[in-house]
Amino acid sequence: MLNYIIKRLLQTIPVLFIIVFTVFTLVYLAGDPVALMLPEDATPEEIETLKSALNLDKPFIVQFGTYVGNLVQGDFGTSFHYDLPALPLVLERMPATIELALAAMVVGVLIAIPLGIWSAAKRNTGVDVAITGGSVLGQAIPNFWLGIMLILVFSVNIQIFPVSGRGSLMHLVLPAITLGTGLAATVARLTRSNLIEVLGQDFVRTARAKGVNKFVVLFRHGLRNSLIPVVTVMAMQTSSLLGGALITEYIFSWPGIGQLLVQAVHMRDMAVIQAATFVIALAVILMNFLADITYRLLDPRIKMH
Amino acid sequence: MTVKSEDLQTDKNKQNKEEVRPVTYWLRLLLKSKTGTLGLIIVLIIVCVAPLAGIIAPHDPTQMDATKMLTPPAWLEGGSMEYILGTDNLGRDIFSRILYGTRISLLVGITSVIIAGAIGIALGLLSGYYGGLIDTIIMRIVDAFLAIPGILITLVILSVVGPGLWTLIIVLGITNWVEYTRVVRGEVLSVKEREYVKAAKSIGVSDLKIMMKHLLPNVASSFIVISTLSVASTIIAEASLSFLGMGIQPPTVSWGVMLNIGKDYLAESWWVATFPGLAITFTTLGIIFLGDWLRDILDPRTQMNGK
Repeated sequence: MLNYIIKRLLQTIPVLFIIVFTVFTLVYLAGDPVALMLPEDATPEEIETLKSALNLDKPFIVQFGTYVGNLVQGDFGTSFHYDLPALPLVLERMPATIELALAAMVVGVLIAIPLGIWSAAKRNTGVDVAITGGSVLGQAIPNFWLGIMLILVFSVNIQIFPVSGRGSLMHLVLPAITLGTGLAATVARLTRSNLIEVLGQDFVRTARAKGVNKFVVLFRHGLRNSLIPVVTVMAMQTSSLLGGALITEYIFSWPGIGQLLVQAVHMRDMAVIQAATFVIALAVILMNFLADITYRLLDPRIKMH
Repeated sequence: MTVKSEDLQTDKNKQNKEEVRPVTYWLRLLLKSKTGTLGLIIVLIIVCVAPLAGIIAPHDPTQMDATKMLTPPAWLEGGSMEYILGTDNLGRDIFSRILYGTRISLLVGITSVIIAGAIGIALGLLSGYYGGLIDTIIMRIVDAFLAIPGILITLVILSVVGPGLWTLIIVLGITNWVEYTRVVRGEVLSVKEREYVKAAKSIGVSDLKIMMKHLLPNVASSFIVISTLSVASTIIAEASLSFLGMGIQPPTVSWGVMLNIGKDYLAESWWVATFPGLAITFTTLGIIFLGDWLRDILDPRTQMNGK
C-alpha cells in the first residue's frame, strides 16, 4: 500500500511539470506583456529597462528556469492588473470556490443518490423512465444556460433569491443548483446502473431466496456495495466540477477562483492565469489521488500494483 | 432504453436466414429503442436545418432593424407572426438566428471531434502497441490533461492565440483527445496479444500495417460511441466559450453569442436568452439519446450488463 502511494505521488511530479511547462510556453508564445504594463507613450529605453528587470530579454530556457525556481519558492509572479503577487490573489479566492463546489456536491448527492436508488428499485416502470430521462436532460442542459434560467425565474420574476454575489445561504442556492445539476445527473445514472448490477449478483439472489426483507436487501446488500464506485466517481468529477465553477461563478459574480480566472483571461493577466491553473490542477490531482486510495482501501478485491 | 440481448440474438439469426440488408437491420434495432429513435429524429432535423437555413429562415440573421428592437414572441402582446420568437436588442429575428446557429454548432462540433479523434486514436495506438517509454510519456500527458478542466485549457489557449472560429475548432480539437487515447490504448492492449496479431508480426508485417489493418478496426465501435457523445459536449463547450466572449465572435451567428447578448436583457426580454438555450438543449439531448443507443448496441460490455 505504502509503495503504491509513493509511486502515485511520484507520478504527479512529471504531470505537474508538463502542466507548468505547457502553460509557460503558451504565455511565452503570447508575446510581450510589457506593452500591456506600460503607458502607451513609454520610451524605448523604459521598455528595455522593464524587459531586463523582468528577465524578458533572456532566452526561453533561462526564463523557464527562473520561473520554475521562483515557483518552487511559492512565487508565481505579479499580477499586472492588481499589482499584487499572483498566488495570494488566487488563494484568497479559494474558500468561495470550495464553498460553491461543496454545495454543488451536496445538491448532487442529496438529489441524485435517492433518485438513483428509486429508479433501480422500480426498474422499467414509469418512475424509472422519468428519472432516467431527467438525468439525460440534466446532462444535456448547458449549465450556464440553466443558471441564466434560474436567475430569470427565481431572481427576476419571483424574487426569492439574489441575482449575484456571495454572503448568505440564499446567495448560495442558485449557483449550487446550476453547478450541481450536471453532477447529479451523472451520479443518478451511475447509482442506478451500479445498483442494478449488484442486485443481479448471486449473493443478493441468495438473500432474497432466504426471504430477507426487500428493503434490507436493497439497502444493506445492494446499496453498500454499489456506492463505493459512486463516491470515487464523484471525486473524479472534481475536474469537470471546477470547470463548471468557472462559468457558474462568472454568471453569478461569485467571488471565487473561476471569476478571477475569467477576468484574467479577458485582461490577459498571465501571472494570475498561470497561478490559478496550477492551483486548480493541484486540487484535481489531489482529489483523484485521494479517491484512488480510498477506493483501494474500501474494496479489497482491487490489487495494488 | 437498452436492447435486450435475446432480441439482438434473434435479430442476428434472422439476418442470417433472410439476408436482411444492413440498413434494414440497424433501422429495426433502432426502432426498438424509443429514445434512440427520438435521438435520430432530432439529429436528422438539425442536420437538415443547417444547410437549408438560408431557405427556411424568414429573415437575414444579421439584418438589424432599429424599429423592431426587443419585439416579444408572436403569442405575447406586441408580438407579430413576422418574428415568431421575437427579436433581440438590435432587432434581429431570433428564430432565423437559431436556424443559422445550427451551422456553427455542427461545424464546430463535428470538425473538432474529427481532429480530437485523429490525435487520440494515433496516440492511443502508439501508447498501447509500443508500450514502454512512449506509453509512459503519453500517459503522463493524458494525466496532465485530465488534471485541468477542459474549459480552462481552452480558455488559456484562446487568451493567448485570440478568439475566432477556426482557432476555436482547432483548440477544441487538440484539447479533447484524451478519452480516445485511454479507450484505444486499453483495447489495443487486449487485442495485441491475440494470435492473429502475433502471426502477422512473425511473418514480418510492418508495425504501421498491423496498427492500421489489425488494431484499428477493433476500436471502430468505441470511436463511434465516443465521437457521438463528444459532439454534444463540444457543442456545449463552444456555446460556453462564445458566451464568455472567448469563442465565436459577432457578427457570426452562434447560440453561445446569442446567450451572451440575452443575459443582459433578462429583466425586460426573457426570450432573447431562453430560445437559444432551448435550441442547444434540444440538440445535445438528441445527440446523447443517439449516442446512448449506439453504446447499447455497439459496446459488448453494456450488452452483457443489460441482460
